[in-house]
Amino acid sequence: MAAESGKIDPMHQFEIAPIFNGGFELAGQTITFTNSALWMLLTLVAVWVFMQGGMKRELVPGRWQLMVEGFTGFIDDMMTANIGAEGRKYAPYVFSLFMFILFANILGLIPIGVVGGHPFTVTSHLTITGVLAIVSFSIVLIVGFARHGFHFFSLFVPHGTPLPMIPFIFVVELLSFLVRPFSLGLRLFVAMTAGHILLKVLAGFVINSTNAGIGYGLLVGLPSLTLMVGISALEILVAVVQAYVFALLTSLYINDAVNLH
Amino acid sequence: MDAEAAKLVGAGLAAIGAGMAAIGVGNVFGSFLESALRNPAAADGQQGRLFIGFAAAELLGLLAFVVAMILIFVA
Repeated sequence: MAAESGKIDPMHQFEIAPIFNGGFELAGQTITFTNSALWMLLTLVAVWVFMQGGMKRELVPGRWQLMVEGFTGFIDDMMTANIGAEGRKYAPYVFSLFMFILFANILGLIPIGVVGGHPFTVTSHLTITGVLAIVSFSIVLIVGFARHGFHFFSLFVPHGTPLPMIPFIFVVELLSFLVRPFSLGLRLFVAMTAGHILLKVLAGFVINSTNAGIGYGLLVGLPSLTLMVGISALEILVAVVQAYVFALLTSLYINDAVNLH
Repeated sequence: MDAEAAKLVGAGLAAIGAGMAAIGVGNVFGSFLESALRNPAAADGQQGRLFIGFAAAELLGLLAFVVAMILIFVA
């Protein structure tokens, strides 16, 4: 589509395609190794290499170990600040979540397109962010019911609610609780999708205006290219902030389950 | 009005929501900076709340974007 009409399709980058032919049938669906799976695997390998390099437990940490300890210390502090001493129990989960989202976001931004590769941002799909959000939500439910039993429902009635207001507040709080996994998954997915579409649309401006002539190229293409550089920097910031926000909100939700309120 | 045209107009109108969210996000960070400069010692402890406010304001803008995408590609 992109070649014949001269139009750049900004949604093409999100298409999931199998890398190898073949695969096997399962319940009417063909299971193959797709580009999404490949980039998830690459994310995993990147996180693993990063962590292995910094877990040598040297007494005097080198630069690499300092980086890894910076990340672990950051999540550890966040859990202690938000949940209390008990929060450290959940630090491994939130740390894995944070590192996976952070590395997936940043790997999707690597400009390997200039050498012919096709970067793919796994977090730009609701299926993946949705599953992460559902896992977080399940942990909240399991921890909440295991620790407090049916007393967990007191989460929906804040302290000091006047008696006639209780049914109304209960419904509102229940709704805001149930909408959490959706908002958690949707936020990450849309933030990554929106940024990547914006970059591709601007790239389309650059290519089409330069093809139309040198005057258009200077008038439209150059400002668009300048804007792309700035937005790429902003996208790196967004990648980090979204990973942080996901981990932060997960820790706050776990806090609700552990401590009620 | 033609149904296809109405969809595209609706998607354009949804961009107003993104602009409103920009005001909201700017307000969150602006207010934080304003008060952080008055009391820098207390600023670091409030960074978690800063990002909760940011996430809440941003989500509503992103929902406007979702509405636009649904109107263009799904509906």
